Amino acid sequence: MPIVPIELPQVGESVVEGIIEKWLKKPGDSVEKYDPLVEVVTDKVNMEMPAPFSGTLTRILAEEGATIPVGGVIAEMDTEDASAEAGGGQTQPPQVSETIMSTMGVLVESNVSLGPTGSLAVEETPAPAPALSSQGRAVYSPVVMRLAAEHNVDLSLVAGTGINGRVTKKDVLKHLEGGQPAPAPAPAAAVVPVATGAEETIIEPTSKRRIIAQNMVRSATQIPHAWALMEVDVTGLVERRQAIRGQFKQQGQDITIFPFIINAVAQSLREHPYLNSTWRDEKIVLKNRIHLGVAVSAPSGLVVPVIRDADTLSVAAANSQLRTLADNARRDALSLDQVQGGTFTLNNTGALGTTVSSPIINFPQAAILSTEAVVQRPVIINNAIAIRSMMNLCMSFDHRIVDGAEASAFLKSVKDRLEAIGPDTPIN
Amino acid sequence: MTVKSTIEAIREAMREELAADPRVMVLGEDVGTRGGVFLATQNFIEEFGEHRIIDTPLAECSIAGVTLGLAFKGLRPIAEIQFSDFWWYAANQLIGEASRVHYGTNGYLSAPMVVRIPYGGGVRGGLFHSQYIESYLYNTPGLKVIAPSNPYDAKGLLKSAIRDDNPVIFLEHKKTYRAVRGEVPDTSYTIPIGKAEVKRPGTDITLISYGLAIHYGMEAAMLLEDEDVSVEVLDLRTLRPLDNETILESVKRTGKALIVHEASITGGVGAEVSAIIAEEAFEYLDAPVSRLCGPDLPAMAFAPTLEDGFMVNTRKITDALLKRAAY
Repeated sequence: MPIVPIELPQVGESVVEGIIEKWLKKPGDSVEKYDPLVEVVTDKVNMEMPAPFSGTLTRILAEEGATIPVGGVIAEMDTEDASAEAGGGQTQPPQVSETIMSTMGVLVESNVSLGPTGSLAVEETPAPAPALSSQGRAVYSPVVMRLAAEHNVDLSLVAGTGINGRVTKKDVLKHLEGGQPAPAPAPAAAVVPVATGAEETIIEPTSKRRIIAQNMVRSATQIPHAWALMEVDVTGLVERRQAIRGQFKQQGQDITIFPFIINAVAQSLREHPYLNSTWRDEKIVLKNRIHLGVAVSAPSGLVVPVIRDADTLSVAAANSQLRTLADNARRDALSLDQVQGGTFTLNNTGALGTTVSSPIINFPQAAILSTEAVVQRPVIINNAIAIRSMMNLCMSFDHRIVDGAEASAFLKSVKDRLEAIGPDTPIN
Repeated sequence: MTVKSTIEAIREAMREELAADPRVMVLGEDVGTRGGVFLATQNFIEEFGEHRIIDTPLAECSIAGVTLGLAFKGLRPIAEIQFSDFWWYAANQLIGEASRVHYGTNGYLSAPMVVRIPYGGGVRGGLFHSQYIESYLYNTPGLKVIAPSNPYDAKGLLKSAIRDDNPVIFLEHKKTYRAVRGEVPDTSYTIPIGKAEVKRPGTDITLISYGLAIHYGMEAAMLLEDEDVSVEVLDLRTLRPLDNETILESVKRTGKALIVHEASITGGVGAEVSAIIAEEAFEYLDAPVSRLCGPDLPAMAFAPTLEDGFMVNTRKITDALLKRAAY
């Protein structure tokens, strides 16, 4: 009868190794298929491993207490069971060729001591997960450059799935196959159900959705978010906007209150530089220039075009840049440099009708500010009730960099600027 | 085919060659009566006699020198250095003399000899029984350097080494001796020196390694199947001459390479492999070529925690592969 190795089976998702707790059979015992053979402890489960086939246990190779990698040989059995011929029927990697796989050998940890220096079980120590270095988005690898040149591909039209949205070789090949058409102004039909069942419909996310998902997970898991809300009386702002709207209409434009907010936030960031920073390699890195990212809903998903040096722009200039960027975003025509380099993010969730929101920071920035819907509310002023236009500022911030006091001082600074807006506030 | 341990395969290779070729002989410390410190030459002295299986003094310089002299005279000696940690005494005979003799005498002399050297950590051997020496050897023109990962390759390559007309350093990872078992033909066969082998095909990234670390690489590749990352595992098998052709063919296909070895990173085999890739496959790269190697520390520490920190393992390789695959 052939001697067949018994391997430690895959006993759970992401389980790499198991500890042999107790052998329930000893060499020489005859064993029926599915008889409990050995107790194995893993970081997820404790289990009794059943015998994979009937026969006789001939040798125990992994002693009790030994740590064995999944797939490692723990014992040998003598069996005539035909199913054992395939090497125990355990997880085998794809075959290269019969010879290579059968001769590759199996590493058995900690079974026999080695020579005079001895050898015992080596415990695998977890290595810390490597920190992902941030890569510039516009950097392409040699193979991507070569493929792009050979096939005349505009790389700015290829959505990257690598780290930080890097365009990989696979992305270019997929693009060439037509698997990823150039962004077209198709309405939000970018979601394609790949499987529809009675209970659930499975959607294959777009590349952009995947990147958003990755970034959100990274931000939510790496940055300790704290949150603050401050109420602002924007009655003066609303009136000022109404007063100047006519002028803008005459020039074929429009203006909302948002450019005023951009202006107030950018000026306030000047006074509170820690809100315009990033936590990098255990250091706080202050950003000397203020580039405001503005969240915009685009057909293919959320995008955050950037208004550069926002603190140097007048309300009118901010308005004009905002319109250009939003227009490009809606046509999915933003260029790479229009979406990168932001140092702080503004999110006008009020346009969607919310009055309170808790945004996730746009990694690796220090904070994100939501401006909520303007609602008329009764407010007590000088012991009298007045009808005022009120708006909430909601901010999530990186508590490693900024404490509540600094965050509130910044919000107060924005609030004061917005509440000071009156009939004479300059626009240009 | 029979399942054998690596040490059994090595013993079988030597026994077959000793039986087939009367010029083959073995010399080293305790290789005779004791059968070798790892039992690689167990019972050889009974089978082949004390004129062919020679117990030497504890003097590696003379083991290498006598071996070289025997080779000059047309014999095919196999020397055993008991541990890699002791090979330094033999360095001048191997690097200074054996590697150069054929070139230096314009082919008048040659050195058809094999020096078997057990090496490597992970066996709780501490400072003086864990050394990695391949970085000092593989840059020597005139030597061939082999480092098999499994019993099948070990037997086939050792037989090729014994039959080769050049001095061959045959590095045997101590931890693979009994911990790695695999099928080995009971009959004679050889594996060509200088040929790497794809042990597992993949499409996303090439993992290049040798010796014990290959097995952790195979495990990592299997785990990453769940992450939808297809890893090609390439076993160099011979460190000098390197199989540039197979390395480049694989990396050009996958676009990414991770080189893994336990020896300290600086100037290791990984440095040479990454230079070859950078020079010959630049246009095909989709990520920086990267290395996962032992740290630049003076020695393997005796403390188990520090030794484990020195060694590469499945988890470290998995992390490194994931990082590169996502690039």
